[in-house]
Amino acid sequence: MLALLVAQNIAFYVIAALMVFGALRVVTCKNLMHAALWLVLVLAGVAAQYILLAAEFVAITQVLVYLGAIIVLFLFGIMLTRTKTGTDDNLNNSAGARRMAALIGVLLAGVMGYSLWDGFGKREFGELTVQRTAEVSDSIFSTYLLPFEVISILLLAALIGAIVLARRD
Amino acid sequence: MLVNQFLFLGAILFCIGVYGVLARRNAVLVLMSIELILNSVNINLVAFGAMWHVTDPSNLSGQVFALFVIAIAAAEVGVGLAIVLLIHRNRQSIDVNDVDLMKG
Repeated sequence: MLALLVAQNIAFYVIAALMVFGALRVVTCKNLMHAALWLVLVLAGVAAQYILLAAEFVAITQVLVYLGAIIVLFLFGIMLTRTKTGTDDNLNNSAGARRMAALIGVLLAGVMGYSLWDGFGKREFGELTVQRTAEVSDSIFSTYLLPFEVISILLLAALIGAIVLARRD
Repeated sequence: MLVNQFLFLGAILFCIGVYGVLARRNAVLVLMSIELILNSVNINLVAFGAMWHVTDPSNLSGQVFALFVIAIAAAEVGVGLAIVLLIHRNRQSIDVNDVDLMKG
C-alpha cells in the first residue's frame, strides 16, 4: 500500500511540473500555434490528474471534449484569424501591463496558497476508491436531472448563437 | 496523497491563467488562458469530490459539477471563437485593445 502511495506521489509531482511548465509556455510563448500545442500538454496532464484522483469518467470526458474538440476549435480559430505564419510580436501587452499582471498573479497565488494551507493543512485523502461511471450517471440522472436539462438547453442555445454569429449573410 | 497537492496545483494554474488573460492582447490567446482557469477549477472540484467520496460513497457531486463545467466551457469556446471570427472579419485584427467601441 505504501509503495503504491509513493508511486502516486511521484506521478503527481512529475505530471504537475509538466503542467505548470506547459501553462507558463501557453501564456508566454511568441508563436500562436505553439501556444495551442502547449495547451494540449496541460489538458492531457489534467486528465492524468483525474485518473490519479480515481475519477475515470471525468478523465475520459476531458480527453474527448478538450483534447478532441476544443483544441481543434482553437486551431481553426488560429488559422482563420492569423495574417501571417511564424512568430508574431503583437501578442502581448506592453511590458508595464505585463509586470502588473504578473504582480496580480503572484499576489493571488499568495492569498490562495495561504488560505488553502490554513484550511486543509496536511489533510489526507484516505483510501481512494474508484468512482464508477454507473454511480456518476445515477447521480446525474436523479439528483442533478434539472441542471442536466438546463445544460442541454444551454448547449443548444450556444450552438445556434455560434452559427448565427459566424455565418456570412 | 494530500488534498492540498491538488488544490495548490489548481491555484497555480488559476494564477497563470489570470496572468495570461491580463498580459495577452491576442483574443484567441485570452480564450486559451480562460480554458486554463476553467481547468484549474475542475481539478479543485474533482479533488473535493474524491475527498467527500471517501467519507460518503454515494456522494459524487464533485464529478457531476466538473462535467457541467466542461459542458459550459465547450459552449463558451464555441461562442467566443465565433465572436473572435466576427471581430476579425469586421476589423482585420483580433487585438483586444482595438475593440474599444463601447469605451466611454
